Amino acid sequence: MNTLPELLAMDGHGPYVWSAYAITFVVLALNLVQPWVARRRLINVEARRRRREVA
Amino acid sequence: MNWSFFHKLGSPKWFYDISGRWLPWFFVASMLLLGVGSVWGLFFAPQDYQQGNSFRIIYIHVPAAFVAQSCYVMLAAAGIVTLVWRMKLADVALRCAAPIGAWMTFIALVTGAIWGKPTWGTYWVWDARLTSMLILLFLYFGIIALSQAISNRDTSAKATAVLAIVGLVNIPIIKYSVDWWNTLHQPATFKITEKPAMPVEMWLPLLLMVLGFYALFTVSLLMRMRLEVLRREHKTRWVRDALEKT
Repeated sequence: MNTLPELLAMDGHGPYVWSAYAITFVVLALNLVQPWVARRRLINVEARRRRREVA
Repeated sequence: MNWSFFHKLGSPKWFYDISGRWLPWFFVASMLLLGVGSVWGLFFAPQDYQQGNSFRIIYIHVPAAFVAQSCYVMLAAAGIVTLVWRMKLADVALRCAAPIGAWMTFIALVTGAIWGKPTWGTYWVWDARLTSMLILLFLYFGIIALSQAISNRDTSAKATAVLAIVGLVNIPIIKYSVDWWNTLHQPATFKITEKPAMPVEMWLPLLLMVLGFYALFTVSLLMRMRLEVLRREHKTRWVRDALEKT
């Protein structure tokens, strides 16, 4: 069985593999977080407007 | 055939309700598939006998490229529906899918460049596959820019739909570029009609990752579409009711 550093180094290909995966998962997460944040913002704006209308 | 679903699709409220029910399932599926597929592909799939460990980039590169291209085909289909049936929801889908498609194309290009360095000795070459993918990215940029440039919603929908349909010509060019020209890029690993040119312990994680990318694409698309529907219908009764519950 390989040790963890050996496993991560991937025989010298580690930096390529890990940077590719890191960029990919950051972009994928961004595609979920961005619409979620925008939705929260819309809900807040609408709630504030409702309060104004009631007042 | 029963066409009532097609008419229902024209109703934003119906779409909002049904997509809200599906969303959590697609989200769970995408997390499971991507989680299992990544760990499997990174640590348990065997090394490639020529490329060593750098080939593990295939598990994100190929799914991203698949989704990038199918997303474009979807844009063109939504464009046709917009022009022929004037369905508003198709325009919403077109607008919301374009940025996700652009991001997927970006992932395919960047991971491809990183993979190219240890494999070909260079990050970039102007060969047919790479250039046609870059054109796909610019087509996405064009569609995003055009959809935001025109303030009249109907005119904007029509113009964006036409651009999406015209750009479809690039898709077969991407697909057959590795056959028509001599390229550095390797030919397709997966073909629907043939057995994969890989052992099962190599392609099974790839299959999971492809399904995971499609599931995540669906989650992101539905989230964006639901938001756009709320924005467009924010004066209606049902949107006010829906927002009050959250």
